[in-house]
Amino acid sequence: MKDLIQKIEPLIPAFRRYARALVRDVELADDLVQDCLERIVGRWSQRRDGDDTRQWAFAILHNLAIDAIRRRSRQGLHVALEDVDESDMAVPGRQEDRLRHQEILRALDALPQEQRSVVLLVSIEDMSYAEAAKSLGIPVGTVMSRLSRGRERLQRALDGELGARPSTKLPMPLRRMK
Amino acid sequence: MAKDDHRASPILEDDLHAFVDGALDDDRRGEVQDHLDHQPESAEWVERLRAQRQALRAAFSDVAGEPLPSRLNLRRLVEERRASTDRARGWKIAASIVLALGIGSAGGWLARGSSGEVAAGIASLSNEANASFATYAFDAARPVEIDGDHKAQLVSWVSTRLQRPVPLPDLQRSGYRLIGGRLVATEHGPAALFLYDDRQGTRLAVLMRPMTIQRDTPVMQRNDGPFGGWSWADKGLGCSVVGSGSRADLHPLADEIRSQAQSAL
Repeated sequence: MKDLIQKIEPLIPAFRRYARALVRDVELADDLVQDCLERIVGRWSQRRDGDDTRQWAFAILHNLAIDAIRRRSRQGLHVALEDVDESDMAVPGRQEDRLRHQEILRALDALPQEQRSVVLLVSIEDMSYAEAAKSLGIPVGTVMSRLSRGRERLQRALDGELGARPSTKLPMPLRRMK
Repeated sequence: MAKDDHRASPILEDDLHAFVDGALDDDRRGEVQDHLDHQPESAEWVERLRAQRQALRAAFSDVAGEPLPSRLNLRRLVEERRASTDRARGWKIAASIVLALGIGSAGGWLARGSSGEVAAGIASLSNEANASFATYAFDAARPVEIDGDHKAQLVSWVSTRLQRPVPLPDLQRSGYRLIGGRLVATEHGPAALFLYDDRQGTRLAVLMRPMTIQRDTPVMQRNDGPFGGWSWADKGLGCSVVGSGSRADLHPLADEIRSQAQSAL
């Protein structure tokens, strides 16, 4: 159990960040992190030796979050973005920071969940593609294609929002060869 | 992104992502850099990708620095787990003694904490909800006295015995069907117990009774038994919801029950 605390405690801030970025609701995100921590505590002894703790823990958190997202959309409780209290969104900050954050958050919200998870794990949690694949239980190739589509879509949303480049679709210099 | 012999391989979109994510080895990074130096379009694309990545990180950068709420205190969760495992063991022993002796009125005794002291207020309420849930929710023969088809009869019965109107929660919209309800005995007098289940068979119980202390208490999470739950009190009516599902599942239900009860009180 000492081992558990040493390995898991430093990860909690990242769990909160990922959960909040994924479900975009502070309370729900912390509920999920709490459930995740309880599961980790309950299943600590059932971990397999080869398992990487961080991937294993993120996999638990991710699955809980996906369940919650499905439930929320089934119940039709998804909040319209305009109704979201700003404190739920990300973090308070200087005015211009807030505005910039809102742009990226709105763009993020427009992503399908599958793409959002990959983009977040890679861009914010600094996971390698292989680590993200393990945490999400998908092949690395799928990580790459979701990352690519997610980032492209994010960029389009950002461009649309800014109105800075009305005609330029993201110029994709090269296509993946497959 | 094979590591060996990619000297001849063309730069792929995947390489550009990996370049931005710092996931390339030195050789390949040099090749991509070389490519970018000669391809302004690619270079611009990479810059925008980098800006996007930075914007995402900035938007959530402060979350990790926030102080943790106490419910995410891992050391406490580990302690609670240890305690509840002990308690569950105690419960099993208690239940087997009850069965062996055939004592019918064990509710009050089971509602005591494992320390032997009688809990009070919200803690006691949540304890009772746990004991009642454990006793009745999985009873194959007769979980309830009055089934969900006779709501009026059920409400009238429990309201008479509790000597106050009892607002029966309607959880249809949250996907939970009323199985029915019954009166249960507590050390603080009779309580109304309502049982629900959803399509997957997840069961939950709502226990309501008048409170003598802590008559107005916000929704709080309680771990007074093997089942997690939420408890609160409004205008002297205590309410506790426990279930076999996760706590995150129960939270919105607790909010729903509370708002229904508040508008009825």
